[in-house]
Amino acid sequence: MTATFAFMGLLHAGPSYGYDLKKDYDELFGREKPLAFGQVYATLARMLRDGQVVTGEAEQQGGPERKRYALTPRGRSELVEWLGQPEATQAGSQAGLFVKVATAILVDESPNDFLDLQRAAHLQKMRELTKLRREGDLAQTLRADYALFHLEADLRWIDVTAARIQELTKEIRSC
Amino acid sequence: MLDSPALLRARALTKKFGDTDALRGVDLVVAKGELLAIMGPSGSGKSTLLHCLAGILTPDSGEVWLEDIKLNDLTENERTKLRRSHYGFVFQFGQLVPELTAIENVALSLLLEGMKRDAAFAAAEPWFAKLGIPGLEKRRAGELSGGQGQRVALARALVMQPKVLFADEPTGALDTLAGEKVMELLTQAAKEQGTTVALVTHDARIAAYADREVIVRDGVIANVARQSHVAA
Repeated sequence: MTATFAFMGLLHAGPSYGYDLKKDYDELFGREKPLAFGQVYATLARMLRDGQVVTGEAEQQGGPERKRYALTPRGRSELVEWLGQPEATQAGSQAGLFVKVATAILVDESPNDFLDLQRAAHLQKMRELTKLRREGDLAQTLRADYALFHLEADLRWIDVTAARIQELTKEIRSC
Repeated sequence: MLDSPALLRARALTKKFGDTDALRGVDLVVAKGELLAIMGPSGSGKSTLLHCLAGILTPDSGEVWLEDIKLNDLTENERTKLRRSHYGFVFQFGQLVPELTAIENVALSLLLEGMKRDAAFAAAEPWFAKLGIPGLEKRRAGELSGGQGQRVALARALVMQPKVLFADEPTGALDTLAGEKVMELLTQAAKEQGTTVALVTHDARIAAYADREVIVRDGVIANVARQSHVAA
């Protein structure tokens, strides 16, 4: 779904070929996870089917046949509507961490060991992202910032949980 | 980074304040050129550890070494000299002399070491461009913003070309962007000079600039190696 709207955004400036769309997408959104060509053309086929884009005549200039894709008024309108909607918040994304902490308590493992390991893993990931943001352009910096702030929120949860682990242990064991 | 030779070593450090155990047997090795983040909750002992490593506090027991110098064996005067010649410090609030200009603050340590005024100012001046604050040389320290002041404090610490830079929450009073700018400059300048950095922070984004972190909890360094007793 994100690729669809990203393509709409890229096509907003004018028609483009599938190959160029992939290149532009990877440059702006997907350096860490580039789109596969199969995904590019499957997305464009869906957009054609749904009337969000149209293609011009096939062109051949010494290479394989290529088609240019252009955004339709319907595609433009859906893009505007999508931009006006908030993204789903990730409430509950701590569930996996919490299940592990609670399970550690249930089986008499140290939840603090798990929290320390998780903290170390988060900090390692944050180091990698910090290196990326220092080497990249502003777009890459802001993408890394997004991930960094989310990891930081997880870490705050880890610290608060570590500080309240005795209370939690009592509560779980009294159930 | 730990493949590099050890520059700072602490062994079995303990320190009490009244009845409170601030450090309860800390072992730590900091490699030459390493940027180490010391993290932990409030009151965990992380600043006490930094101050013991820096020779500001004397541990109740245990040893602190800078290469082959054992700090415990030094007199207070000798420790002060060692701090001035080998260590640089940056604290949460720059602790600049507000009546002096920025460049006078940076040159001050050099002047105290006996360097001539012209030479001290000539050594201080390039740091303003290096730390992205050209033009602020003659501004009084009291008139600088928090971020500018911390960059001047960083210049004051690094102009001495210290072996170790000790930083205690150096970005704690800054907003996110100003704090990250200070960390980028600190990291870059320290790496260029080959300065080892021991940095206390509670902020994970700041710790992420380090090569490695240790977590201090209840006066000891948390061991993240997992030891399970549940049979696989």
